[in-house]
Amino acid sequence: MTTTTTEWETVIGLEVHCELRTATKMFCGCRNSFGEEPNTNVCPVCLGLPGSLPVLNRTAVEYAMRIGTALHCRVQPSLFHRKNYFYPDMPKDYQISQYDIPINADGWLDLPNGRRVGIVRAHMEEDTGKTTHVGGGGRIHDAAHSLVDYNRAGVPLVEIVSAPDLRSAEDARAYVDELRSILVATGASDGKMEEGSLRVDANVSVRPAGSPEFGTRCEIKNMNSLRSLGRAIEYEAARQIALITEGGTVSQETRHWDEAAGRTGSMRSKEEAYDYRYFPEPDLVPVEPSEEWIRSVQDSLPRLPADRRAALAGASGMTADSDAVITVVRLGLDDLVEAVVAAGGSAAAAAVAVRRVANEVASDPEAAAGLDRTAFARLVAMEAGGELTAAQARTVLKAMMDGGGDPDRIAADLGFEAMDASALEKVVDEVVAAHPAEWERFAAGEDKLTGFFIGHIKSATDGKADLKAASALLRSRR
Amino acid sequence: MNVPTNAAAIAASVRAGELKAADVLEQYLARIERHEEQVHAFNLVLTLEARASAAAVDEVVAAGGDPGPLAGVPVALKDNLCTRGIPTTCSSRILERWRPPYDATVVRRLAAAGAVVVGKTNMDEFAMGSSTENSAFGPTRNPHDLDRVPGGSSGGSSAAVAAGFAPLALGSDTGGSIRQPAALCGVVGAKPTYGLVSRYGLIAFASSLDQIGPLALDVRDAALLLDAIAGPDSRDSTCLAEHPPAAAARLDGGVEGLRVGVVRELAGAEGMSADVVARMRDAADALAAAGAKVDEVSVPAAVYGLSAYYLIAPAEASSNLARYDGVRYGARSRTGTDGAGDITEMYLDTRSEGFGAEVKRRIMLGTYALSAGYYDAYYGQAQRVRTLILRDFAAAYRNFDVLLSPTAPGTAFGMGAKTADPLTMYLNDVCTIPSNLAGHPAISVPFGTGADGLPVGVQVLAPALGETLMFQVAAALEAAAPATPVPAMRAGGQEGASR
Repeated sequence: MTTTTTEWETVIGLEVHCELRTATKMFCGCRNSFGEEPNTNVCPVCLGLPGSLPVLNRTAVEYAMRIGTALHCRVQPSLFHRKNYFYPDMPKDYQISQYDIPINADGWLDLPNGRRVGIVRAHMEEDTGKTTHVGGGGRIHDAAHSLVDYNRAGVPLVEIVSAPDLRSAEDARAYVDELRSILVATGASDGKMEEGSLRVDANVSVRPAGSPEFGTRCEIKNMNSLRSLGRAIEYEAARQIALITEGGTVSQETRHWDEAAGRTGSMRSKEEAYDYRYFPEPDLVPVEPSEEWIRSVQDSLPRLPADRRAALAGASGMTADSDAVITVVRLGLDDLVEAVVAAGGSAAAAAVAVRRVANEVASDPEAAAGLDRTAFARLVAMEAGGELTAAQARTVLKAMMDGGGDPDRIAADLGFEAMDASALEKVVDEVVAAHPAEWERFAAGEDKLTGFFIGHIKSATDGKADLKAASALLRSRR
Repeated sequence: MNVPTNAAAIAASVRAGELKAADVLEQYLARIERHEEQVHAFNLVLTLEARASAAAVDEVVAAGGDPGPLAGVPVALKDNLCTRGIPTTCSSRILERWRPPYDATVVRRLAAAGAVVVGKTNMDEFAMGSSTENSAFGPTRNPHDLDRVPGGSSGGSSAAVAAGFAPLALGSDTGGSIRQPAALCGVVGAKPTYGLVSRYGLIAFASSLDQIGPLALDVRDAALLLDAIAGPDSRDSTCLAEHPPAAAARLDGGVEGLRVGVVRELAGAEGMSADVVARMRDAADALAAAGAKVDEVSVPAAVYGLSAYYLIAPAEASSNLARYDGVRYGARSRTGTDGAGDITEMYLDTRSEGFGAEVKRRIMLGTYALSAGYYDAYYGQAQRVRTLILRDFAAAYRNFDVLLSPTAPGTAFGMGAKTADPLTMYLNDVCTIPSNLAGHPAISVPFGTGADGLPVGVQVLAPALGETLMFQVAAALEAAAPATPVPAMRAGGQEGASR
């Protein structure tokens, strides 16, 4: 038995398929819409009927260019190819995709923690329909029958291929999370992984730490959430390490993530891999965006998450990779914080705003949309200025999110008013006097009793007390 | 009643209210009724639909309106052009019962021009062939000699025009499929510049080569039909965005001073029969006599056209024909309906049963040509040949306005004469293929007969968008040509036949 242990490094590259939120499909006028009656958004073109021809959707190209620009890619003249293989969800039995000349190439994305991930390409292609296999193991070959919905066939996609620059499941999740924020920020995608508008495949390999060579990679498919992405990568890396450690070798193959079983299984080996017989799509002409078009896309690109996080950090004094800042930007709620800054709020007020948005507003994004920015700024000013305690501010905010309204009035209606220092001191004294035994222990240094006293102070003041001030008073009385 | 034989005259009379579209149609339907059984030009004759359209044309005229430039002209459509609700089969079992839910752009344009569609014509399955013998529904026969082929793949369309079943027909031309059958049937057939006519609704064989074009009894009619269907179409990205100059703009312009180049490599190509070459020389002499400057010209890469074509066309076809898989429409093997086999067996059986031998041969050729490791040697190399042909044509057009060549290597051959040897069959397209590879227009005009008394076609080639000049030269050629034999079935029952 060997006693040497090898440190292993996991190498991950991700392929993310992103559905573009255009009004119509990529090559026809059918609506691009999720969740409708099967086979209702179809026409001769997206059904691939004999004699039909594709005509490229200009908005899809513009969205692809936005994505490429946001990922710092070179936006270039490009070409469509046909990727040929047989599958019932593909109406023409080929997919119109970009191959060796993609619209976007050679970019990068910075993770919140500062790590830079290369983007090899972000190319355009059409989506396939959706197959449901009835009976058997849920796979086509043992199904009793299969149903196909072509509503999704021809929906525009951009496939974003990262360089093998990721080194952990955590990195991979952070990458997808950041990419999703960028896609949503550009307006090109709704980023909904659960509805399949964002789909992730992972290329995973392992190598001894420090080795310059890459190991043999496996492509993992069928991860439907960030969580399953992380689990699948961790499982797969462990599987490969165990295999190599036991003297085996990893063979290049496509593997299927089984969420329920928590493991990957072989789908097809390199030998069984499809020969896609790519060739230039003769029904389409090359895509050659003009310089003006490319420039107008660059100029109209909204601020991206990394810049927005930096701006929030600058305004609030928090760090750009703090969870609260990341959450606010991910949900696109930075304008709430900006409203506070615009109203003359201090860095401390901005930090209060970030926390309120990340902790309260974020839990109900729908209500957040209707939240009045000026009223929110006023609420934060009240909390930061000591007019409301944190608990009171949360209560008022909840009322504002539920039914709107002016924070001053809500606070007044609830009877919230700042308790002045002497009143608070009086309550503290009363609570201390009422619990002499506990006070003796607290005074002797038993800090965990702080909560006990704070609880009593809170109920004695109907939650109006500034609890931070109360605990300071308690300590000063020891 | 005196129904003219050509479309221009029919349309003029119908528009003027001198002739009823309904009467024109009945005369053609009567001839179809008498002779179609012998010829088998049609997969489907649309008697009822045609009567309805003719009546509609007459109503427009009666109401004082203008039905359009093809008012009341019967037109036969190749069965690879989609017609809404009407079977469109490509002469294949796999599409035998398929009814498109939409009309091809050219079908809409014909309707807008007042034309009356009389039927869907037979063809080589998926337009793959040069004799119309590769039809799942039986061959079409040449109206000049029923023991001979009409050429192909638009053999049903050329036979329909030659037999007098319709004064006009549409065909499609991927490597000569309009021009070669036109030559073999003694009619005019033109392949326009790639992108001049929308391909929307043309069931694809090889997308980068396919073009729809006219077949007619004379050059003027062919130009009239082309002008009615040409022009931009937002449904076809490869269709030119600008309206082209009219094909019929200068039909009486003559050839005085024009430079005509006889393509040496095509006139001397392998398998050319002596009488075909002789007729082409006659045609060149006739143009010279009419004032053209005629000389020989070399287009060296043209000899590689055939090889390049038989890589590019099958490669594109292998992809275009993948969709006939039994999943969504068309024929499906029993394997797919009785629940016995899995999806792979269903695909295999559907395609094995649904496609004929020539289609399978080309799908296999094309699949191979595109395979990993072979792409560059085959498909890539063929595309480079295409570039060379374009370059050589460009050089030729620096010194010549149009080029001349035979259309087909011989006159109509016997039924079954070439079915055993695909390569001999492929050689039929040697003169027509270079224009498809270049995307240039070309037209076949009848010019005399061979030793067997059957029609011979001569081909006029022009640079991209050179249709006006090409038709001008074709008209001059036609004016100088000896009389083309008229098949008995077309001559019969035709009062006051001219030409």
